[in-house]
Amino acid sequence: MDLSILFPYGWAHYLLGGLFIGTGVALLFLFTGLIGGMSSVFSSTWSYLLRQPYFQQARYTGSRGWRLVYAAGLVVGALVWWLGFADGTPLHTEVPTWALLVGGFLVGYGARLGNGCTSGHGICGLGSLQWPSLLAVLTFMATAFITANLMSFWGLA
Amino acid sequence: MSGPTKMSPAMALVVLASGALFGFGLSLSTMVQPEVVLGFLRLQDGGLMLVMGGAVLVTLLAYRLLPRLLKRPLLGDTFHQHPSQWNRDTLQGAALFGIGWGLCGVCPGPAIAALGTGNWDLLWALGGIALGALAQGLRAGRS
Repeated sequence: MDLSILFPYGWAHYLLGGLFIGTGVALLFLFTGLIGGMSSVFSSTWSYLLRQPYFQQARYTGSRGWRLVYAAGLVVGALVWWLGFADGTPLHTEVPTWALLVGGFLVGYGARLGNGCTSGHGICGLGSLQWPSLLAVLTFMATAFITANLMSFWGLA
Repeated sequence: MSGPTKMSPAMALVVLASGALFGFGLSLSTMVQPEVVLGFLRLQDGGLMLVMGGAVLVTLLAYRLLPRLLKRPLLGDTFHQHPSQWNRDTLQGAALFGIGWGLCGVCPGPAIAALGTGNWDLLWALGGIALGALAQGLRAGRS
């Protein structure tokens, strides 16, 4: 089979990038025993500002420190790639602002309601062979597929 | 799962390094570019499957093997687990997450990592995600 049909932009950087991501999650687990999903940081960081009991749950107040450092690490890693391995011109996107804002809102709301995102359910959940996470992944893949194709069908993005 | 409230400098460094590997991988694999993610969802390019596959493979090995090889993590007390549940919240949350993801091609990790690539457009998505998480928490607190 011709790989260039499946992967018109090549495949090695995808696989290598995925291995790096997994190594980050594995390193966190090896040293700290923590499960490194990404979406919780958006709830745990609000706990610094908001007194509501929901945000003051131990699962957020107890993890907000390392989650914020982990998120800072994401930025550092991306910066290393940008300065060392890309041409250093700022990336930008053609996705319209309204789609970024509305889409982002749904991503944040949905990930926290469903207790996980592409990394929490996708990488950590599947990596620990949990079937609820597999169902969550199949669900968001399906709705994302429908939405992205409707958007291009209607010429919105 | 909460974890320690106070972090030793060594632990902070390890957490930062783990995040950095994650962020480097997201950038190298171009997952920080919404167009690539949307191209996958529109079946124009299969790359995201390789990214997920590679990441899940390493994570699976670590989650399976490390608790058998070591009594405890090198700097922590226990190997945590984060059991996921299948209920109405997970179903609705995942469905909404997917609609948002399909709209903008950005998920939480890339929204944060994008700050390191000078992609200020994605601040809109980052702000949206923060507001969405806020709304979810406020709503959950009331019911």
